[in-house]
Amino acid sequence: MTVIVKKTTQLIAGIVFLYGIYIILHGHLSPGGGFAGGVIVAGSFILLILAYGSDFLNLVKEERGSTTYENLAILVFLFLALTGMVAGAGIFFANWLPHGTPGELVSAGFLPLYNIFVGIEVAASILTIFLALIIFKEEVLK
Amino acid sequence: MMNPLIPLFVAVPLAGAFLTMILSRFITAIPRYMALAVLLFLTFISFWSLITGGDGSSVYTLGGWEPVEGVPIGLYLIHDGFSALLLCLISLVGLMSVTYSVSYMARYTSENYFYSLFCLMIAGMNGVVLSGDIFNIYVFLELSAISSYALVAFGVEKNELEATLKYQVLGVVASLMILFAIGFIYWSARTLNIADIRTVFSAGYDNSYYLLIQILLLTGFGLKAAMIPFHAWLPDAHSSAPSPISAMLSGVLIKAVGIYVIIRLFFNMFEVTEGMSIVITTLGALSMVVGVFLAIGQWDIKRLLAYHSISQMGYVVMSVGIGMILMARGIRSEVAALAITGGIFHMLNHAAFKGLLFLNAGAIEYSVGTRDLREMGGLAKGMPVTSATSLAASLSISGIPPFNGFFSKLIIIVAAVMGRFYFLALLAVVVSIITLASFMKFQRYAFHNVEPGKIRNDIKEVPAPMLLSMITLAVICLLLSLLALPGLRETVLSPATDILMDQFKYSSQITGM
Repeated sequence: MTVIVKKTTQLIAGIVFLYGIYIILHGHLSPGGGFAGGVIVAGSFILLILAYGSDFLNLVKEERGSTTYENLAILVFLFLALTGMVAGAGIFFANWLPHGTPGELVSAGFLPLYNIFVGIEVAASILTIFLALIIFKEEVLK
Repeated sequence: MMNPLIPLFVAVPLAGAFLTMILSRFITAIPRYMALAVLLFLTFISFWSLITGGDGSSVYTLGGWEPVEGVPIGLYLIHDGFSALLLCLISLVGLMSVTYSVSYMARYTSENYFYSLFCLMIAGMNGVVLSGDIFNIYVFLELSAISSYALVAFGVEKNELEATLKYQVLGVVASLMILFAIGFIYWSARTLNIADIRTVFSAGYDNSYYLLIQILLLTGFGLKAAMIPFHAWLPDAHSSAPSPISAMLSGVLIKAVGIYVIIRLFFNMFEVTEGMSIVITTLGALSMVVGVFLAIGQWDIKRLLAYHSISQMGYVVMSVGIGMILMARGIRSEVAALAITGGIFHMLNHAAFKGLLFLNAGAIEYSVGTRDLREMGGLAKGMPVTSATSLAASLSISGIPPFNGFFSKLIIIVAAVMGRFYFLALLAVVVSIITLASFMKFQRYAFHNVEPGKIRNDIKEVPAPMLLSMITLAVICLLLSLLALPGLRETVLSPATDILMDQFKYSSQITGM
C-alpha cells in the first residue's frame, strides 16, 4: 500500500481500538457490548494487516497467539459462570457480586466481566478467522 | 426439585474442548485422555440423573431468574423423562466412540482438533436436549452442526470435502428455515420459551399462520433428521466421516437435533392436530420404505448403513405419528401411549446397534482398507470379534429375538395393529424383512463368502480399545431388550411417554400454572 494509506491507518487504528474498548466496557450501560466491541477491536488489527501487508507479520505464529487468547477467554467466561454454582445462590450464571448503583461504570455485578471476556473472545476469534484465510491463500499460492 | 448437575452437561464438555486446545500445546497425549474423562463424567452424571430423577422433572433456572406472574423471563434447562434418556444415549455412544477413536484416529494428524470438536459436538447436543427455550435450541443446534461439518471433512480428501459441502449447504438451508420459524413465533407470541409459547397459543391463534410455523419447523428439523424427501446429504456425510464420527452422527446426532426436537415441539409446544400428525406419520412411513429400498442395492458398507439409518428413523417417526393421530382423535389413549413408547424405545435401540455397526464398518476399513463389500470376504476367520459383534448388531437391526430391535419393532407393530393402522403395520413388517435381507448380504459378503483364490490370511483383528467399545455396545444391544420387561419399562420409558402425552404437564412445570 502507499504511504498515505499506511500513515492514515497508523493514525486511525489506535482510535478504533480504543473505541472498541469503550464499547466493551460500557456494554451494561449503553447499546453494544462484548460482541460489538470485540468486532471493532478485531477491526483495528485487521486494518493494520491490510495496510501493511501480510509479509509484515509472522502469520502462523500470530494465529497461534490469537487462538490461545480465544480459548483462554472462553475458559475464564465458563469459570466465572461456574463460580455462581459454589458462591451465592448456588446457581449457574448467578450474579453474586454486589450490583452497585445502576448507571455507574462499575456496577451490575458480573455483567462487565462477562462483557470483557466476550470481547476478548470475539476479537481473538475474528482475527483468527481472518488470519486463517490469509494463511490458506498463501498456502494455495505456493 | 432442582437437579444441581444440569448445567454441567453443557459446561463440562465446553470446558473440556477448550482446555484440550490449550493443554495440547504442552502435552501431546492430553486430548484423548481429556475427551475420555469428559465423556466418562457425562456418562456418570447422566445415568445418575436418570436413576435419581424418577418420573418427576427438574427445571433449572439459569442465573436464578424465576418466572414473574407465570411469565418465564429467564433461560431454562429442563431435565425430564424424555431428555434424560437422550442424555444417557449421547454420553454412552460418545464414550464408546472416544474409546474407539483412541486407536482409530492414530492414523490421522491433528488429534487435538478432533477431540476438541468432538467435545463441542457433545456440548451442542446436550444443550439442544436440555434447553427449554426455542432460540437456545437453535444456538446449540448450530454449535453441534458446525462442529459436525468440520468433523465430516476431517480426512480432507476429495470425497470428504464434497460430502461436507453438501451437508453444509443443506444444513444451512435447514437452519434458515428454523430461524424463520422462530422469528414468526416471536412475532406473534412475543416469547421464546417453549412452555410460554404453548400457553400463548392455547389462548387462540391464526390458523394459517400457525400452520406456516409448523411446516417451516417440520421442514427444518426434518432436514436435520434426514426424513425422506430431505435425505440427500445423509448418505454422503455419514459415509465419508471417520467411523467413530459416523457412529455419532447416525447413532446420536440425527436423533438429538432432529427427531428429539420434532417430537418435543410437536407434542409440548404445538397443539397436537390431526392434519399435522398425518403429515408426520406419512413422512415416517415414506422414510421407512424408501430408505430400505435405497439401502439394499448399496455395495459400500457405510452407505448401506447410512440408508438404513433413514429407514430406521422412519420407524420412530411413524410410530410417534400413530400416537399423535390417536391423541388428536382423542381415542384409545393407551394405544397412543404404547405407540409413543415403541418409538422412543426404537430410538434408544437404534443408537446402540447403528453405533455398533458403524464401528464395525470402521474396524473393517481399518484392517482391510476398503469399504466395498465386493472386495471383502472370509473376514470372520481373521477378525472373530468384529464378526461376532457385527452379527449381534445385524440381528438387532433386523429384529431377531432376543436382541433389542425385535422388542421395539414388536411394540411398534402391535401398536399399529391395535390402533387399526393395518397397512402401516404391514409396511413395518415388510421393511423389517427387507432389512434382514440386506444385512444377510452384509454378513455374507463381508465375513463368510470365501471365493477360491481370494482367501486373505493377512487380515488381523483391530487393537484392544476398538474391540472394547464394540463388545460393550454389543452387550448393550442385548441389555436394552430388558427394557421391554414390564417393571423396567414403567420406570425408564413411561416418564418420557407421560411428559409427551400430558398436554399441560410440560408447560405447567415452568409457568407454574
